Amino acid sequence: MSDTEIQASACPTLTARDFASDQEPKWCPGCGDHAVLQQIKNTLPDLGVRKENFVFISGIGCSSRLPYYVSTYGVHGIHGRALPMATGLKTARPDLCVWVATGDGDALSIGGNHFIHTLRRNPDLNVVLFNNEIYGLTKGQYSPTTKLGLKTVTSPSGVIDHPFNTASLTIGSGGSFFARAFDRDGKFLRSVLTRAAKHKGMSLVEVYQNCPIFNNSAFEAFTPENKPELTVYLEQGKPLVFGKESRKGIMLDGFRPIVVDIEKQCLSTNDLWIHDETDLNKASILARFTDDREGDDEPLPCPVGILFAQDKVTYEDALTGQIAAAQSKGAGTFEELLKGDNSYVIK
Amino acid sequence: MTEIKEKSRTVHVIPKTSVSVLFAGDSGDGMQLTGTQFANTVAVRGSELNTFPNFPSEIRAPAGTISGVSGFQLQFGSKPVYTPGARFDVMIAMNSAALKANLKDLHRGGIIIASTEGFDEKNLKLAGYPEGANPLEDGTLSNYIVFPVPVLQLTREALKDSGLGMKEIDRCKNMFVLGLLYWLYNLSYEDTAITLREKFSKNVSIAEANINAVKAGYNFGDETELFANLGRFDISPQKQHGLYRRVTGNEACAIALTAAAKKAGLELFLGSYPITPATEILQTLAKMKKWGVKTFQAEDEIAGIVSSIGAAFGGALAATNTSGPGLALKTEALGLAVIMEIPLVIINVQRGGPSTGLPTKPEQSDLFMSLYGRHGDAPLPVIAACSPVDCFYATYEAARLALEHMTPVICLSDGYLALSSEPWKVITEESLADINPNIQPARKPEDPPYLPYKRDEQLVRAWAVPGTPGLEHRLGGLEKQHETGNVSHDPDNHELMTRLRAEKIEKIADSIPLQTIDNGPETGDLLVLGWGSSYGAIKTAIENAHEEGYASVAHAHLRYMYPFPKNLGQILGNYKKVLIPENNNGQLLHVIRDRFLIEPVGFSKIKGLPFNEMEILDKIIDVIKELE
Repeated sequence: MSDTEIQASACPTLTARDFASDQEPKWCPGCGDHAVLQQIKNTLPDLGVRKENFVFISGIGCSSRLPYYVSTYGVHGIHGRALPMATGLKTARPDLCVWVATGDGDALSIGGNHFIHTLRRNPDLNVVLFNNEIYGLTKGQYSPTTKLGLKTVTSPSGVIDHPFNTASLTIGSGGSFFARAFDRDGKFLRSVLTRAAKHKGMSLVEVYQNCPIFNNSAFEAFTPENKPELTVYLEQGKPLVFGKESRKGIMLDGFRPIVVDIEKQCLSTNDLWIHDETDLNKASILARFTDDREGDDEPLPCPVGILFAQDKVTYEDALTGQIAAAQSKGAGTFEELLKGDNSYVIK
Repeated sequence: MTEIKEKSRTVHVIPKTSVSVLFAGDSGDGMQLTGTQFANTVAVRGSELNTFPNFPSEIRAPAGTISGVSGFQLQFGSKPVYTPGARFDVMIAMNSAALKANLKDLHRGGIIIASTEGFDEKNLKLAGYPEGANPLEDGTLSNYIVFPVPVLQLTREALKDSGLGMKEIDRCKNMFVLGLLYWLYNLSYEDTAITLREKFSKNVSIAEANINAVKAGYNFGDETELFANLGRFDISPQKQHGLYRRVTGNEACAIALTAAAKKAGLELFLGSYPITPATEILQTLAKMKKWGVKTFQAEDEIAGIVSSIGAAFGGALAATNTSGPGLALKTEALGLAVIMEIPLVIINVQRGGPSTGLPTKPEQSDLFMSLYGRHGDAPLPVIAACSPVDCFYATYEAARLALEHMTPVICLSDGYLALSSEPWKVITEESLADINPNIQPARKPEDPPYLPYKRDEQLVRAWAVPGTPGLEHRLGGLEKQHETGNVSHDPDNHELMTRLRAEKIEKIADSIPLQTIDNGPETGDLLVLGWGSSYGAIKTAIENAHEEGYASVAHAHLRYMYPFPKNLGQILGNYKKVLIPENNNGQLLHVIRDRFLIEPVGFSKIKGLPFNEMEILDKIIDVIKELE
């Protein structure tokens, strides 16, 4: 029996309602955060973890209020620092199931340094990055993921900072798991969150989350009508097929992904790109689908689902292993500590 | 192999009570290793000892120049020594820059052992001597006893059959000097031989060459006529019988954190970012995995403290260590720890500032930042260590206060304490104060709701650790509602919570020891009020003042910088005048004046160097003369 199963057997059955706190969410009506919170609460009971072993850590920003609305242990910390706090907690307490709620400003701007370093260390954290491509709590300034040209209160002539590509940054920093989902597709989001939670290592789930007040048009392209043409849902071992009636696919021309029309070009699914989430090279190309590419006849769809998942030792396991090795011949005693290894007797 | 000769027949041995020695050379000359070896030998023999390494911030500053001079000063004696010595009696000068940089601190009539190869034309020029001038030859050192020794030549001769290359042979020249010093102070080199064999266990020929260089230096002392008129010295060991170890301040901090965690029954977590002169705390703890210590080398100072806050939330004894610039970066997170009311130890090893300042030099200039350096009203306890060994007790006390009062605590050390070392009689676990964190037990469903900010009579809230059923709660940086800990913007609540947080820290004064007088009368003319690393210099100065007939001078040394011991005001009132020596521009002076509305005399030394006893004695005499 695995550790997870032992935990599950001792764990009382919980429902999403058990994770509702007594605090009323204070997000704006229509904010995508409500939907993400609901899916997190739906996901938690499926994980076989006792309620008291969950901890939610966040930084600052609209999405970082989330710990107050989940009735587990939690800390609403300071701006940008959710990841080091979660790392310290997970390192001290590997037995806990630690979640991080963060935003595009919190994780990628003020917390950018922590973001890349936490990824390379790979502690077993479940990180949900609420990406609304704007600063909401401070009322509408551009963020490190805001698209070029967008006019905001701090970019009245249009944004000239090139945005981060969260997926590329994650993979480039040595991250072991990257997935993308939408606030509006609850069922899919829940499935992605469940996979992320079960991933051993730092899982990064980027949720495209709508801010109806300051950046309502950011994800307009992904309406139910447009979405089939503009997104590709990734499934392990399955070809990259998208479009109305699944007529389109992606093929690799060397290292260059191209959009093909399956019917018109008389292609079979075997000719298409088969998704392998463990393939770092393919994941790196997938991550770039969302970049604007000049000279493309047809834009590539936005990949949704698990782009990359890799087994990689976690920080806390590596450290615990070193401690176990140091203690293999017995743990250090208090007496040895106070005596040191260079003591001497004066007669 | 060079054999050790019988004890010299021609040179007599003169007993002495204490001596201060400076090993000075280029930063590549191995002076720190040489000094440390010498210190180990006298410690193991049972002498009282105090050391002070003094080196440039560059790993390899330009060779031969003044800025590249690295020094290791120590004082050892048959009576207690509390400082490395105001001036040294003996100086080893491996080159002319080392002599030039340090000559002003050599006693008149002191001994100079000069490595003549370091006084060639090139070195003299690099040290900035005028053309044609050589202090070893031009009579400018006539106030001192000078021994020019061709160290390099003698080392090469001694090691010519070692099979080593010239470069490796030349690197052993510091060991030749060490051997000569052993001879001069009638000390055995056996411990050094053992250490060298351990250090170079993978390269036997290097180990043997170093040992032979030590022996050659020793034998040179014995054979040469050079020292015939001077004699050898003997400092009889006086330490009580027992088991000792030697610790630096930074090592003592690391041991204390581990000991406090064990005593409290907790795991230790240190989140840290390397910074001079605090890094050895991280390095020492990283090696303590046998005791279950978890160290986390963070990506920056902020992650260092924030990871510790996370670990503290998880129920560990959590600590972070840093120096001034790092403490500045941690201040936002300190505010979070204050409002979360969680235990956290911050060890700040002060160095010269502001900004990068003097990274390798000590200063006591972070007192203001420690007391006040946070946004909002965010008081926290601040305590200060006063000697390398005391770094253990101060850090242990910081951990005890943090855990029992649910607060971040700043423990102040400095670059002098951090790297200096002292012998420490090995203590037992039982001698350490108990540490009893107030950990909230699990709550049953029928129990009343858990209130995270419910306080006991000390105004301390309980520590509810994740994994405990029924205590799920949310903490954070937003203002907390009294008792429930829910987010609250209520104006009255904010004022109440601000006052409660302050009162909680002030109440610590109820349980800490009262201030004592270290030495001198309970009432009198002058109280010297010190804090931190000036302890040894003030203590020695007071002893000297008493010897010179200034009987009405006393010394009190502060451990608790905030809150102050309850009787401090009363003590200050027992003297006509209060003198406050500090390695800063008058920070404690300011605080004392502000708190007690008295006008003390300030005495600042802001040179990146610790006080010495002579400076303080002179100042004491000045102040007393003014009183008369």
